[in-house]
Amino acid sequence: MIALVDYGAGNVGSVLKAVQYLGFPAQPVSSPELLAGAEKIVLPGQGHFGAMMKALADRRLLTTLRKKIAAGTPYFGICLGLQALYESSEEAPAVTGLGMLRGKVTRFQALPKVPQVGWNQLQIRRADGLFRSIADGSFVYYCHSYYGPVTPESVAVTEYGETYAAGVQKGNIWAVQFHPEKSGEVGLRILRNFLEK
Amino acid sequence: MFAKRIIPCLDCKDGRVVKGVRFVHLRDAGDPGELAEVYNREGADELVMLDISASREGRATLMDTVNRVARKLFIPLTVGGGVRTLEDARRLLRAGSDKVAINTAAVETPELITELAERFGNQAVVVAIDARRIGSAKQKTGNAKMEIGKSKEGNLRVSNFQSPVSGAVSEEAAGTTWTVVTYGGTRPTALDAVEWARRVEKLGGGEILLTSMDADGTQAGFDCELTATISRAVRIPVIASGGAGGPEHFAEVFLRGAADAALAASIFHFETHTIRSLKEYLRERGVPVRI
Repeated sequence: MIALVDYGAGNVGSVLKAVQYLGFPAQPVSSPELLAGAEKIVLPGQGHFGAMMKALADRRLLTTLRKKIAAGTPYFGICLGLQALYESSEEAPAVTGLGMLRGKVTRFQALPKVPQVGWNQLQIRRADGLFRSIADGSFVYYCHSYYGPVTPESVAVTEYGETYAAGVQKGNIWAVQFHPEKSGEVGLRILRNFLEK
Repeated sequence: MFAKRIIPCLDCKDGRVVKGVRFVHLRDAGDPGELAEVYNREGADELVMLDISASREGRATLMDTVNRVARKLFIPLTVGGGVRTLEDARRLLRAGSDKVAINTAAVETPELITELAERFGNQAVVVAIDARRIGSAKQKTGNAKMEIGKSKEGNLRVSNFQSPVSGAVSEEAAGTTWTVVTYGGTRPTALDAVEWARRVEKLGGGEILLTSMDADGTQAGFDCELTATISRAVRIPVIASGGAGGPEHFAEVFLRGAADAALAASIFHFETHTIRSLKEYLRERGVPVRI
């Protein structure tokens, strides 16, 4: 079963629609019991870093999520689902992230318009896995004010005044800052790369 | 490279796409599902659907249309028209919309912006502002009318937008003010458009969909002064709307009008211009676009 973690906010509906369109069975999951049985996990985040971490904890999903990821279950994070992998975020300084990637999520400073809303290009650094069959320079749809720093696990980066992690890959952990479910054909292909993994 | 967005707009009434000239005379331009697919294939960056009959008629047709359009669409979809409550917004988002646009209700109940943002996130809240010139309006309206004939003949205004970007517009706009109008442009308010835009941002609006009621339906070009003034007054993206008649108007509103995105309806529906050819035109002129 492919679990779409449903913590009460976020864009679960549109991600579910995209996954089903690609022909994969998936279901929104909001209990730790169901999450424990997942073969693959998608965390389609949207909204506020602190609110998401709290909602995950309140629903007792956080511990199970950590365990599943540690046990090697394929994980795909979207937007906040990528940011959650870092140690912390400026958006909620008191809240701890999953800490699977080094560093802190910070807010865009360089350009006048924040959030970044719209299409921007991927600079692909590693073309297997997440970005298999995706052309360097492909456009994807972003909507965010905060971003994760570039680390050795960043397999693609994007520039919006600052250069940030567009996609990360660390063993069973994959994540993207953009919205593959809203990025047309390119996005669907990236989603498929994970689902077929 | 961060791209400027091209957004086709489907003005819907009773499940069909229509486009009004100044919102009064309607022409039928087709089926929303069909148009959405064409635009998606041609490279539209987003899609906006505005239900222009929503305040007067039942919304069942709209939900069905949104659902049908959203099912096969994997680019962002914004739906607006008659959204007055959290429940209205929730239903549209559930039907498959990614963002909702609110207009009159936001002016009458500004707290609604905050409530929507807190509930669904800022990214889901597009505040539509319909603005009409008051300062130096006479002269501008006159110009706009004269340009109708011009734009039909082609590229008469091409030289304009190759001039340096900065400065020109804000100086030109000095002394000009715009007032917010509601109910599809039929009711003036006492709100200054720039002040309102700033407030919309503070209240939690994620984007501003800015329509010039002077330019809307004229196909004589966007109101670049209005767009630049608002765009520079806020940090959230501004989508310019109203007046698109040819590719040169898009170049203008991006280069002189500081727009983050531009929206148009008739120009695309009647296949006067395809999105692809428009984007190629823009790229040649140094406007970053997704092709």
